[in-house]
Amino acid sequence: MSRPDRAPRSVVLAFLLSALGAAGFAASYVLDLGNEALGGCLGAAFAFLALGLARWSSLIEGHEPDYVEERAVGPTPKPQYDAFRRALTEQPVPRSGVLWGALGTAVAAIGGAALFPLRSLLPSMGTDPDDVLMRTPWQAGTRLVTEEGEPIRPDDLEVGGAVTAFPEGLDPREHVDTTTMLIRVDPAVLRLPAGRQDWVVAGVVAYSKLCTHAGCPVGLYTDSSRELMCPCHHSVFDVTDGARPVEGPAPHPLPQLPLGSDESGYLVARGDFSGPVGPGWGNH
Amino acid sequence: MAGILLSLLPRPRPMRKLDERLGVAGTGRSVLAKIFPDHWSFMMGEIALYSFVFLVASGIYLALFFEPSSAMTVYDGHYRPMQGQEVSAAYASSIRLSWDVRGGLLLRQAHHWAAHLFIGSIVLHLCRIFLTGSFRRPRELNWTIGVTMLILAIFNAFAGYSLPDDLLSGTGLRIFSAITQSIPVVGSWLSFLIFDGEFPGREIIQRLYLLHVLVVPAVLAILISAHLAILIRQKHTHFPGPGRRDSNVVGSRMWPSYALRSLSLLAAVCAAVLLAGGLLQINPVWAWGDFDPATITAPSVADWYILWIEGALRLFPPVEFRVFGLEVPNQFWPGVVLPALVFGTLYLWPWLDRRWTGDRAPHHLTGSPRESPLRVALASAMLTFMAVLLVAGSEELIVQWTGWTVAAIRDVLRVLVFVLPIAAGLVGWWVAESLRLSDVGHAVELGRHELVAGLRRRREA
Repeated sequence: MSRPDRAPRSVVLAFLLSALGAAGFAASYVLDLGNEALGGCLGAAFAFLALGLARWSSLIEGHEPDYVEERAVGPTPKPQYDAFRRALTEQPVPRSGVLWGALGTAVAAIGGAALFPLRSLLPSMGTDPDDVLMRTPWQAGTRLVTEEGEPIRPDDLEVGGAVTAFPEGLDPREHVDTTTMLIRVDPAVLRLPAGRQDWVVAGVVAYSKLCTHAGCPVGLYTDSSRELMCPCHHSVFDVTDGARPVEGPAPHPLPQLPLGSDESGYLVARGDFSGPVGPGWGNH
Repeated sequence: MAGILLSLLPRPRPMRKLDERLGVAGTGRSVLAKIFPDHWSFMMGEIALYSFVFLVASGIYLALFFEPSSAMTVYDGHYRPMQGQEVSAAYASSIRLSWDVRGGLLLRQAHHWAAHLFIGSIVLHLCRIFLTGSFRRPRELNWTIGVTMLILAIFNAFAGYSLPDDLLSGTGLRIFSAITQSIPVVGSWLSFLIFDGEFPGREIIQRLYLLHVLVVPAVLAILISAHLAILIRQKHTHFPGPGRRDSNVVGSRMWPSYALRSLSLLAAVCAAVLLAGGLLQINPVWAWGDFDPATITAPSVADWYILWIEGALRLFPPVEFRVFGLEVPNQFWPGVVLPALVFGTLYLWPWLDRRWTGDRAPHHLTGSPRESPLRVALASAMLTFMAVLLVAGSEELIVQWTGWTVAAIRDVLRVLVFVLPIAAGLVGWWVAESLRLSDVGHAVELGRHELVAGLRRRREA
């Protein structure tokens, strides 16, 4: 640009194209041309605006020298600073420790008192988290049902099959800690820890579906290796060996649910899980 | 006649009128003359600022349609696979926003892309400040404000993508609750207070929504103001060059050239996120399905600014022990201790650097990164460490590409997470030292001669 008062053609063109893009956006909206047209047009409008402004700026800059500004920041000159200090201490503030201590006590007490209403974030007054985390609503005699609420017989599962089960009569979304993985294996391959031999019905074993690492649902069952894997952090548990962790970061086995069957042949729990489900916590 | 009528109309002289009332022309003049150094790396912070502007604007639009509630409702919009299904109001309104609100998907996707740009540009800005030593006296306070904004940005991005109540975000919250629960002594109470009981509770979406749309943006706006006020007071740092001293600042004036350039950058940021929002799909919440605590998407890969914690959770060995009878859960180390170390080191860095170098003097003329091989080495090591964790967080993608087993990849990564950062740190040190001792302008121009000299740490005569 030779003369600063003449409109640079490239900049004008960019701004006009920008307006065209905006018009295209409005048209795309009215005609419902879809997300690509909307984003393409509005994006182009802003892109041409950016180009025009950048070009305009560079044309001006061509005429500009490097500007220099002195940096005046630093500590305030001593006389002014001393005046500030004097203003601060002109009216003598008592140095009595008791007075300051009492003020501190009041402020701290108000701050501490203000924390109490935070307890209302957890409405039920009787809940101690450490108790809640220790157990689940599974009880001796509770039927295991599918997500659709159907009770389950061992023969509903083929050997090598797996299904997610919940306690009958409870909303699974409200009681996530009850989520259970049912897996049917050949009883001969089971090497369960001592005392759990009768927790199995016809090769069907039940483990908590919540990973003992970060609590994700341990949803991937591979029958060839009889392993459960968590898709979050890839912990792997050996189904035949009490869901012992064999791979990945999980530190504990998945708790096992003792199984039995009722008079109609449906699977029931014979008590709660063998331990607290899900990730560990401090007061565990 | 018309002339008389026109003369009765108030004459619009807004500048004069404002000045009559506030007397700000003097300040205004010095603002217009403010000097901005001309270097591309100084634009990273501006990109972050403009991403924030776009996030607020697009977020207001999204908030008009989003319903922060986990109450169940029936979706009855245009997205056929979901019609008639009973899902949470949060999820249904996210689907409606994507499929039934015209322009809604564009703004939702552009908002998400802008979040990536926001955090990404903050990280690059932080790297520039770190490598050039711009955090040194007198800018320690602005450094800590910046680190705080990075943490808030990451938190708010996490809160934001947890809102739609889809299966992926529910899994993220599940891990968040496990990490909270792992904090010694207070963990279980903290988690229960946040989630209104045992995960998932019924309140978390409403609570995150309040933080996401009001509390965190308001705090960010205050911190941005403080960051800029301190910047204006102290003025920019600048790189060495002819006529440049600690006592001045050289560059373009605010008005008109820099203002135009900066507005151009604002438009460019809007263009980038809108084009991406229109053309590149991101977080298709309708494809993940609604949150069901008993199921999970596989593969499940989080956004990169959270993914490094996921990677650390995967790589950390399965150890757990007790201290004074209290269990220290496994997820505590990668989930709480690691981020605390990373951000704690960042917070303390100006003082650690001072102790290390013994340099307590104020600096306005900042150095090229090569002037401090230590910082180059640390930055290389840190970024490499993060990169390995990001790879660990996306193991399943490597499985898909290579066919290796997860266990094999993890074993390799458990070694690389220590070896690669050390190697990268040593290489960074070497390159910086070679550059420092030579007259070469860029690392790519380093020849054998300079590299050997760098290794021997002797300046060539």
